[in-house]
Amino acid sequence: MTEMQSHGSSEGVSVIASGAGPRHRSLRGDVWRQFRRHKGALVGLCVFVFVTVASFIGPHLMPYDAVEIDVKMRNLGPSWSHPLGTDNLGRDMVARSMVGGQISLLVAITAMALSVFLGTAIGVLAGFFRRLDGVLMRFTDLFLALPVLPLLLVIIMLFRDSLRSAFGPEQGIFMLIVFIIGVTSWMQTARVVRGEVLSIKQQEFVAAAHSIGTRRRNVIFRHILPNCLSPVMVAAALGMAVAIITESALSFLGLGFPSDFPTWGRLLYDGKDFINLTPMRVVGPGLLISLTVISVNFIGDGLRDALDPKLRSR
Amino acid sequence: MLWFIGRRTAIALPTLVAISFIIFAILDLAPGDPTSHLPLTIPAEVREQIRETMGVNDPFLVKWFLWVKQVMIHEPISLIEQLFNIQIGSGDRTRVISWQSRGPVVETIAERLPQTTWVMGLAFVFGILIAVPVGVISAYKQYSVFDQIGTFISMVGYSVPTFFTGLLAIVIFSVKLGWFPSYYDTTLEVTDWSSFVAQIRQIVLPVGVLSMFNAAALSRFTRSSMLDNLSEDYVRTARSKGLKEKRVLVRHVLRNSLIPVVTLIALQVPGIFAGALITEQIFRINGIGHLLISSIHGGDIPMVQTLSFLIAALTVAFNLVADVVYGILDPRIRYD
Repeated sequence: MTEMQSHGSSEGVSVIASGAGPRHRSLRGDVWRQFRRHKGALVGLCVFVFVTVASFIGPHLMPYDAVEIDVKMRNLGPSWSHPLGTDNLGRDMVARSMVGGQISLLVAITAMALSVFLGTAIGVLAGFFRRLDGVLMRFTDLFLALPVLPLLLVIIMLFRDSLRSAFGPEQGIFMLIVFIIGVTSWMQTARVVRGEVLSIKQQEFVAAAHSIGTRRRNVIFRHILPNCLSPVMVAAALGMAVAIITESALSFLGLGFPSDFPTWGRLLYDGKDFINLTPMRVVGPGLLISLTVISVNFIGDGLRDALDPKLRSR
Repeated sequence: MLWFIGRRTAIALPTLVAISFIIFAILDLAPGDPTSHLPLTIPAEVREQIRETMGVNDPFLVKWFLWVKQVMIHEPISLIEQLFNIQIGSGDRTRVISWQSRGPVVETIAERLPQTTWVMGLAFVFGILIAVPVGVISAYKQYSVFDQIGTFISMVGYSVPTFFTGLLAIVIFSVKLGWFPSYYDTTLEVTDWSSFVAQIRQIVLPVGVLSMFNAAALSRFTRSSMLDNLSEDYVRTARSKGLKEKRVLVRHVLRNSLIPVVTLIALQVPGIFAGALITEQIFRINGIGHLLISSIHGGDIPMVQTLSFLIAALTVAFNLVADVVYGILDPRIRYD
């Protein structure tokens, strides 16, 4: 066993030595190599890419339109021409799921971007400026203590109509939902980023940057932020999963998007009254939500492993 | 220890005040007019007078203060009066009145609370009972088949929303197989054996779905907490003393690992009510969550305000409990 090991390592050394020049290994390549080792993450990435591509390109290839009503074909079970069946107005469920996927994914990505931006900004400010630390962290604690779902429902109930008249039915509710998911989910990111900034701030390269007269803004953007990237990326992946679930939960409670702009959650909500007749109307969108969330969670898991230098060097 | 509890409470109180402010502000700043349900034939100046007597034009802070007084002082006193059948003071207090039922908000909430606590509480307890053993075994046999399957199942359980698993369970177990009813009948009273069986049957689906969901996150957490402790030096010391493996695991590792787990459990208690929002909608349980959703659809602002404040207060209270429990279990925390 030891013989084999020593043999293997000496061979490895000779391979590196015989290569033309030092073999270049970029950070990105290293991360990708580690990420590939996580089977779940790789499968998750494939599923996520497939769902995204299908949602955005699929509707152009489909023979049916998502809003085309065909009353003669209503409430069909799964068949070759309608793999997920049709709804009570005869609209094809595959086409509707694709269009729904577009909105669900757009909401998730925008809300995640907002939440990560807020979390990173507050985390960096709290970690970097000691004077702001106490105030911002109390603020974060306050938000953590807020009952998110009830408050979201209340805000939607109160502001839905005025936003709808101001920006149109789709834009108004889209902005509202993205805004409230983003504003109520940044706290974990802020905490993690703050911790990271606090430890990076103590390191010598930051002191060196300060000592050569780098402006504080540049210290933050050039030296501290790039080093916080890994927790931010993990938070982004997990934040997206949360955003998808929250949006579908809101739609499921009947307080999300109107039914002419189907999201996966809305399709589920509309389908639940027909659960005895066409169970595929619930199972299809539900599976899509679950698959996407699982794959995003696995991607987050894989990213965490891949971005952790302690694990990567092994 | 008292000093520690006092300090934590001192931090929690301003949070509660701030939350009451936010909840009140959201509802107060929202568009809408309290006289909009009155007939349109009322002349404009009379309508203005009505608004004046209702206190619509009072400064915001005055309205907020009056509301806090109502919710935090009047309502608890009235509740105590009702519970013990006594009268405190003159008994002449303004109550928070629901716009839908025209009765005091607190009474409706008290009617709905038992259903929620019973179903959600049961699911919570079952979730813990499943999660802790699974987490312990997964950690002890890390990377074994049990661990791999456990990781996968809890990842799925954690990712799949309850509104899908709930509906799926209804499709399979009540529509196709007909084993359990698809809704929860609150009027059912357990008087004899058959009604007891009916009660068990109707509770299986909601409790099963919800406890699986609760167990998923908690078992992962238990596992990682166990793993942190298993590699500690004191475990090696305990083994080298010649202690039996079971004793090392249960008395040394598990005890230390449960500290953060207990904190997480305390933090999740208020989540019971947020989870009730969705679960009660799926299984038609008329508890707190159902009440909140129907008041939102009905535009019943006093009810919504009181319920959200109640949930927020519970969240703050259990955050405090979690802090104190952590302080009791782990003496190192107290000296920060």
